[in-house]
Amino acid sequence: MAEQFEITPEMEAAIGVESAPWTYEVTTTSVRAFARGVGYTDRVYFDVEAAKAAGYRSLPCPPTYLGTPVFIPGESNDTFSGPKNTGPGVKHGLKNVLDGGTETEYFRDICAGDTLTAKSQVGDLQIRESKTTGKMLIVTTVTTYTNQDGEVVAKQRGQGLFY
Amino acid sequence: MPLNWDSFKEGDELPVLKKAPGVSQLVKYAAGSGDFNPLHHDFAFPQARALGSIIVHGRFKYAALGELVSNWLDHGGRIVKLGCQYRGMDLPDNEMTLGGRVVKKYEEGGKKRADVELWVNNAQGKNTTPGTATVEFRE
Repeated sequence: MAEQFEITPEMEAAIGVESAPWTYEVTTTSVRAFARGVGYTDRVYFDVEAAKAAGYRSLPCPPTYLGTPVFIPGESNDTFSGPKNTGPGVKHGLKNVLDGGTETEYFRDICAGDTLTAKSQVGDLQIRESKTTGKMLIVTTVTTYTNQDGEVVAKQRGQGLFY
Repeated sequence: MPLNWDSFKEGDELPVLKKAPGVSQLVKYAAGSGDFNPLHHDFAFPQARALGSIIVHGRFKYAALGELVSNWLDHGGRIVKLGCQYRGMDLPDNEMTLGGRVVKKYEEGGKKRADVELWVNNAQGKNTTPGTATVEFRE
């Protein structure tokens, strides 16, 4: 990263601007794919009958899974699968990214069959020195997920570390 | 057996979960999560070459901490908050030991809740991914 890197007024202007909405689907297949990716053996995340016996409407979202963004070539980010160009973004020009941390608050159960609408905004920008990578720009993003009934089901804060 | 409010106390540790995801498991996680960053599966990717290896997705460790808490609850309660920080990188095929401890058990606004601290210890015993969870129990 450039030694002279700093947060510009243009970057700061992106804070608090809400993105356009994007659709995240929760399906039986997508829940199984996520649970399999993590390595779950709990049948409740794979077998609808087991999920119902445990008190759910259908397969529940495993913790940290908040649906799969609908993928549209050209409109979706080809690497991270989420939407691109839904908001002003932070134009920093840094090539490398690491994940700093994630926090999710849940307000309701989310199960297969639900369709979530996500809107995100940049919550904060900071610069930190790292021993491994030098100066980093820390972008905190807050994403709110609303279900098909208009209920806010979850809120997620993520930290992207750019260098 | 679903976890019961009366069956645990402050200081109790969660049953340990061990993971050593190899490249194939990380590819499954990429497909399940939609995170296809080559840093997690392509050793030739420039950032992986610079770091000396591909690395485990931070979010894989986050999800695995979710699995740890989910296994403990066994659907007897629900997670209302789950967070972690990615302080250190983990390498594929290296064993991670995930654990947690109940730090606070309390009632708040008529709700039965517990706070849990979480960790992901690497093979050298270093906690690369400290986290916390708040869980809530039905009446």
